[in-house]
Amino acid sequence: MAPLLELRNVSKIYSQGLLSREQTIALDNMSLVLDDSKPSIVAVAGESGSGKTTMSMLALGFIEPTKGEVLYKGKNLYKLPANEHLKFRREVQAVFQDPFAVFNPFYTIDHLLTVPIDKFKLTKSKKQARTMMEDALSAVGLRPDEILGRFPHQLSGGQRQRISVARALLLKPTLLVADEPVSMVDASLRATILESLKKLKKDYGISILYITHDLTTAYHISDSIIVLYRGGVMEAGDVDTVIKNPKHPYTKLLIDSIPWPDLKLRWGTTDLQAKEGEYKSTTGCRFAGRCPFVMPKCKETVPPLFQTDKTRAAACFLYEENPQLARQNITELISA
Amino acid sequence: MTSAVLQVSDLRVTYYTDSGRTRAVDGVNLTLYAGERLGLVGESGCGKSTMALALMRMIKPPGRIESGSAIVGDETDNVDMLKLNEEQVLQARLSRIAYIPQGAMNSLNPVMRIGVQMIDAIQAHRPKATKTEMREQAEAALESVELKRGVFHMYAHELSGGMKQRVCIAIGILLSPKVIIADEPTSALDVVVQRQVMETICKVQEKIGATVILIGHDMGLMCQITNRVAVMYAGKLVELSTVREMFTNPMHPYAKALIASLPNLDNKGVFRGIPGLAPSLLKLPSGCVFHPRCQYAMDVCKTTMPQQSVTKSGRYVYCHLYDKDGNQVSGTPLIKPEAVTN
Repeated sequence: MAPLLELRNVSKIYSQGLLSREQTIALDNMSLVLDDSKPSIVAVAGESGSGKTTMSMLALGFIEPTKGEVLYKGKNLYKLPANEHLKFRREVQAVFQDPFAVFNPFYTIDHLLTVPIDKFKLTKSKKQARTMMEDALSAVGLRPDEILGRFPHQLSGGQRQRISVARALLLKPTLLVADEPVSMVDASLRATILESLKKLKKDYGISILYITHDLTTAYHISDSIIVLYRGGVMEAGDVDTVIKNPKHPYTKLLIDSIPWPDLKLRWGTTDLQAKEGEYKSTTGCRFAGRCPFVMPKCKETVPPLFQTDKTRAAACFLYEENPQLARQNITELISA
Repeated sequence: MTSAVLQVSDLRVTYYTDSGRTRAVDGVNLTLYAGERLGLVGESGCGKSTMALALMRMIKPPGRIESGSAIVGDETDNVDMLKLNEEQVLQARLSRIAYIPQGAMNSLNPVMRIGVQMIDAIQAHRPKATKTEMREQAEAALESVELKRGVFHMYAHELSGGMKQRVCIAIGILLSPKVIIADEPTSALDVVVQRQVMETICKVQEKIGATVILIGHDMGLMCQITNRVAVMYAGKLVELSTVREMFTNPMHPYAKALIASLPNLDNKGVFRGIPGLAPSLLKLPSGCVFHPRCQYAMDVCKTTMPQQSVTKSGRYVYCHLYDKDGNQVSGTPLIKPEAVTN
């Protein structure tokens, strides 16, 4: 297995304030390897402020890590020579959250799709460019004749988001970073977008880093999941194991708060501890302030990852009896 | 049955735009009872928010309320929101019917303290109240949404998203209205905060005995929170039934497709979107508005608009598959909630 994109002990710290340097740890010692032998969809989930967008920005090379390094095909992203960096830009594509903000309203869809073709010199012939666009649009379930020649404002949110996916697909990427691709889209259209993302993996062998706060869609689309809370990994592993039988109290809370469209599953069996805005601990487990099972030791030391199952680990002292798993080995759970 | 607190009948709202007339709300009938929570769902642009605005008399040109009535209150004390004059409307808003708009949490004034904004609202309705009285009332409202009294002195930027949303709810319930309309109150919040905010709304509602209309497109949330669900499509109410009936036995094909498209724990990886797109309100299809996307479409659907059917249990449905008592018309395909296939 050859690593495609690797985050090696990456931390990102934002500091603010001129005199007193107040530091916010957006992402803390994160390691993850996405491998190119077998395409997979990895979901990164957590509430706002958990560092999931920071992680996508790091993976896309938009921001530089404070500690550690981001490697693309074994080379540090920030030390790539120009031609390789261009290749990285082509092979790692992004789909962003807001389909209403990503397109320039003055350009037609044709133009928006031609830009990447020209930029990366995919083809010189206009006819071929057209075929490529049509293929990409059909691949995401859009009818090219309905889309080409139109302006973004003439399309619905769901259509636009699929155009984002088509644009990424045009460049035949090896990795797609999808940052909340369905959160702004109507519930009835979500299914179609998720379907096209899944198709990318199946038909084109594209790995996807799926960043979301919505565990429902994460469960449906991904193979494995990493649950983040304030920059740290709380639980990671196979998606079925994690969602159906969560171990970490935070994951339990998250899953318990999903409003399932099912009359049999009622809301709110675990109690909500502490209101938002009241949890600030400096040492120990980040979740200690809100955790219903908090022990004295949680407030002193940061719990390491304990491997509770073959395909899952949770960072919680409740599972101390299980063997520890070094943070940089999360990938083992995911590729297993 | 408790008394009705909101009776909407034949509500029609039209927007007169340069490219033509759009009927954003087209003949909606609704009756809500005290203590009830109604979910109003539909795709974007189907007229849910317009309907809420119409009930508040907040439709601005080029929009116009064409007809209908919206009676707020019980038999002894009620008003028709759509027939009041300007002055009366101002009095009725907030004291009888409150609206928590979409993205309300971004509507707080950043340079005014929360308390000042709340007192503003009270003052408009109770000009004679003393400062201490108003302050007490505002703080009590903050407390009822589980915020500290100290929030009264804070600015909006000092609060988190969930707390801001709760401040907006507190403003909404200041004068104990009978009807609270919440337009996507939690669409920008995380699941955990969403749950906290929704639980707050429910608690407050029970305390003041109001009716809540919850607008949104998250069927999961509706399932957990509401008693009844109304499904809107292209300006029309297509089905209104209890949550249980909606989820176990949807009658209208659109409601059925909506339920079937929902992800749950048992159907991993099965995505069933609704084929086609919602029609533009400018160019509505003839007959039943849903017929181009309907898998049960018959010839009559293309030409005639379906009439309201009311079943024995009080469900409304607008579909040619049913006669006016809500029984399946013989010979038509039977709509069943599809078994989950994996």
